[in-house]
Amino acid sequence: MSGFWPLYIGICLELVSWLLGFNFMKFHRINALLIRHMYLFKRSFPRIMDIVYWPVMDILVWGFLSLYIDTLHITGFNAITVLLGAVVFWDFLNQSQKSVSIAFLEEVWEKNLLNIFVTPLRLSEFLGATVLVGVVRIFLVGIVLSSLSYLFYHFNLFSLGFYLIPFVLNLFLFGWSLGIFTNAIILRFGTSAQILAFGFIILIQPFSAVFYPVSALPSGLQVVAGLLPSTYVFEGMRSVLSTGSLPTALLVGAFATNAVYLILTLWFFARMFAYVKREGKLLKLEG
Amino acid sequence: MTSVIEVENLVKSFGSVRAVDGLYFAVEEGTITGLLGPNGAGKTTTIQMLLDLITPTSGTIRIFGKEYKTAREDILQSINFSSPYVSLPGNLTVYENLLTFGRLYGVKELRKKIDELVDFFEIRDFLKKMTYNLSTGQLTRLNLTKALLNDPKLLLLDEPTASLDPDIADRTRQLLMRIQKERGVTILYTSHNMEEVEEICDKVIFIQHGKFKDEGVPAELVKKYGHKDLNDVFLHIARTT
Repeated sequence: MSGFWPLYIGICLELVSWLLGFNFMKFHRINALLIRHMYLFKRSFPRIMDIVYWPVMDILVWGFLSLYIDTLHITGFNAITVLLGAVVFWDFLNQSQKSVSIAFLEEVWEKNLLNIFVTPLRLSEFLGATVLVGVVRIFLVGIVLSSLSYLFYHFNLFSLGFYLIPFVLNLFLFGWSLGIFTNAIILRFGTSAQILAFGFIILIQPFSAVFYPVSALPSGLQVVAGLLPSTYVFEGMRSVLSTGSLPTALLVGAFATNAVYLILTLWFFARMFAYVKREGKLLKLEG
Repeated sequence: MTSVIEVENLVKSFGSVRAVDGLYFAVEEGTITGLLGPNGAGKTTTIQMLLDLITPTSGTIRIFGKEYKTAREDILQSINFSSPYVSLPGNLTVYENLLTFGRLYGVKELRKKIDELVDFFEIRDFLKKMTYNLSTGQLTRLNLTKALLNDPKLLLLDEPTASLDPDIADRTRQLLMRIQKERGVTILYTSHNMEEVEEICDKVIFIQHGKFKDEGVPAELVKKYGHKDLNDVFLHIARTT
């Protein structure tokens, strides 16, 4: 167990924190929670399945649909690249939100919040750990999705180019914001609200222009779409694929809206945490 | 003697209910102090405020002379908590749990520390067991092992012997007295077992309806109230409004 790889992540994080002079987080505590979650993955087949199952099903359904659409020879539309690319990106967003929420719910289900919050662990470190668990999860999902896309459909995710990297980063940021938001709601209303961890993301899908351009939406809904970072990302992805150049305005839109959502959700989570501490509900989140 | 815990005019209201109402007390360094009172007296709420799990409505809590609003990390680094009602994650092994909490406290030479404690609490045989498979007695010992990982100067124990059979309860008491003697740890202890409290506590604090009622050395309180034991003193205080 001593060679367990997250330990090395911890050492790297400590080094980064020391180099950057961070003093608002102690990375050995983030590392402790990260390793705690890795223990669960190590021995839990259902947890691994949860990472693999949904992305695989998405790849199969959308992949075969893309193959079929390609046989229709629609001019200027590469279904494999556009639809499969969109599915892969959607799964990144989905997984980044879900992983943050599930990492939080694991502590709630095990009634472990008391144990960890009587240690010197800070709220920022707790959130940092849930985000890092998400990074590990997304890394695993990325491997599964890119391998299957290539094996089944000869679609190389990495051929999309470096311009897509900042857009993918924005998807992660938005996923983390949504995850932190759902966690705040669960803090406020207890585990009866935990369904949000699994279903909330679907609410934004129709307005995020995942599989179609924003112009396909009615004008009123286009305004809603403009409020979502995910819309800028999916529009940007299509633009990169069709023009091969970086659509700066869309990237700025994604980062700007993400910055607003991150600030708002972190503030909201801190408020809800203060609320449960005030009401003595930290240990009574069930129901 | 130095006070490790100082509580002054502590109030906690939940809506119109005052769970803790102007409470004050102090716990001296190196003692085992019993925090006693009937159900609903406010003991658990007080303990949770001492751990910064519940925010007080008003009043002051000083631990090692520091307050949570300015020194939360320092305080929590030097204290720990154990309760049979709060178990460690069942889906980790005993060893994984100890490693996780040791890392959270940033314990140096953690594996050596765990090695030392598992012998002290005689839990070496089930280090690889999943925590959900442990018996109540084993869980209590695991909780106490976790509670000593960071070499705390102050231990808050909420009914540590509840739901243990008399043999394991007695062993646990002996362990606690040994910890206090060998490590000089200050212990704040809640229990409904007055015989146990008389046996291990240097001092007791009675609270009722969230208010301070009385305090003193158990034998002196028995004498003061003219009863035969602490159980009768408890009944006397609990039935006097």
